[in-house]
Amino acid sequence: MTNLNNLTIAEARDKLKSKEISSLELTNSCLSAIDAADALGAFVHKTPELAIEQAKRADERLKKENAPDLCGIPLGIKDLFCTKGVESQAASRILENFKPEYESTVSQNLLDNGTVMLGKLNMDEFAMGSSNETSIYGNAINPWKTDDRGLTPGGSSGGSASAVAADLCLAATGTDTGGSIRQPAAFTGIVGIKPTYGRCSRWGIIAFASSLDQAGPMTKTVRDGAIMLEAMAGNDPKDSTSANIEVPNFEAMLTGDIKGKRIGIPKEYRLDGMPSEIEKLWSDGTEMLRQAGAKIENISLPHTKYALPAYYVIAPAEASSNLARYDGVRYGRRANLSSGDGINEMYEKTRAEGFGSEVKRRVMIGTYVLSAGFYDAYYNRARRVRALIKKDFDEVFADGVDAILTPTTPSAAFGLGEMSDADPVQMYLNDVFTVTVNLAGLPGVSVPAGADKSGLPLGLQVIGRPWEEGDMLNIAYSLEKSVGFSAKPSKWW
Amino acid sequence: MSIDENTAAKVAKLARIEVESQDLTALAKEFNDILGFIEQLNEVDVEGIEPMTSVTPQKLIRRGDNITDGNKQTSVLKNAPISREGFYAVPKVVE
Repeated sequence: MTNLNNLTIAEARDKLKSKEISSLELTNSCLSAIDAADALGAFVHKTPELAIEQAKRADERLKKENAPDLCGIPLGIKDLFCTKGVESQAASRILENFKPEYESTVSQNLLDNGTVMLGKLNMDEFAMGSSNETSIYGNAINPWKTDDRGLTPGGSSGGSASAVAADLCLAATGTDTGGSIRQPAAFTGIVGIKPTYGRCSRWGIIAFASSLDQAGPMTKTVRDGAIMLEAMAGNDPKDSTSANIEVPNFEAMLTGDIKGKRIGIPKEYRLDGMPSEIEKLWSDGTEMLRQAGAKIENISLPHTKYALPAYYVIAPAEASSNLARYDGVRYGRRANLSSGDGINEMYEKTRAEGFGSEVKRRVMIGTYVLSAGFYDAYYNRARRVRALIKKDFDEVFADGVDAILTPTTPSAAFGLGEMSDADPVQMYLNDVFTVTVNLAGLPGVSVPAGADKSGLPLGLQVIGRPWEEGDMLNIAYSLEKSVGFSAKPSKWW
Repeated sequence: MSIDENTAAKVAKLARIEVESQDLTALAKEFNDILGFIEQLNEVDVEGIEPMTSVTPQKLIRRGDNITDGNKQTSVLKNAPISREGFYAVPKVVE
């Protein structure tokens, strides 16, 4: 018999409902796996006592009829989510010892469905990064390996990706501002869903760039993603941007039938110098969808090239405003002050020692682009370009395209530290295929679609129409079945 | 547009982040690298395009002007680095 922690959500759900296993057994299996996996740096705050208590409660609930699908399912929660009484640090020194007095709406929704929280997961500081190397906790490490090097699990939801890929939990929450769910999912051979902006409440999720941030599930299969997304989503009066739109039963929409669906292949995503493996992955995936009955169409999204530069104005601008709240007064860490230091010295010293270098860089860039004299030239121009990027998608969808297929990342996982000498812009290029989706507020999902020549997983991204995650996931499900990616990292940790 | 050390120092001041003077040269270079990348946006014709304010066409919903929460002084102060007599404590602000 395989270890229980290796199960998918759907498998565990069926076994829990048939009483073949208990949530306590399942939870204990995950807790043992977590304790044996410190080398991965995935779980940064473990909550075993809480998990066991929640598992026992879930087992009680499972005895009754109609327990929710997620009842008794053990999950990892990204450190960006505020969890009541449990450290929530956004992987930053400035939030050292912060234990929220409240629970984020998304994690509360999951708890209401009977899930078990195993602990908090590593990430890039304030979700700013694509390699999980900016975390105060140290690197999260990819369970996939090809040689002696430690590889990045991607970022910013690197701990979530690593934990799910290594079967430490059945699934995890992530957040995605420019690709932070989909890129790590691709790097670790799992499924990552970024929902339509407004599908999940942002309340209680530590804010990075409010007009781009969305929470989503990171799971072993598309089916699991559909189950978990339904539980996470929903209107929340505490987030005025959360949509008052009914959440469908996404799992029921996974028929695998995509006959007649029109899939767009955007020519602008074919980058100069793109590795031939990525090219092939993309054309193979396209062919699979064609075989499954979809109609493939070449499309154009002419402003794609400007998405990253627009993002690197808008996201830092919003971050500089959101992170202004870390001032050493209300929560988190305050720097030691010298005698005679006033309130400005307190702010400046606290923020200098509390923020890491990437966060400082982005806060200052954001401050600059919003400052008097540059607001129009940078910030307003970027918001205009953003409107054009969204218009590109609107037009393609208005022409009848149902979904768009692209690679998720321009490469497989790279070695930790390998990008340290590159300038920050090089690291930003990781998000070249994912960031457009955030700027346009669309749903996107990364599906494992193959491996590079050294055996590392690669992902393809399906981009859906707004609010049509169900249709998008059905296309992803068809792709998942055609690809049949079942490789797992061999255990070295 | 090129950022010199004085501008870098000014931005750090605005952002309330202390930067040592010997680090300003490197910081200015990083700013210039990133802004150089952002300059590409000048190639785009944005004539007549409104800056995006909301990515979804929905209107922001207004809630009723009702008190729904409160009386949580202990909770509110619980994570404060320093609090005293029911208040946050900070260095002297007014002479």
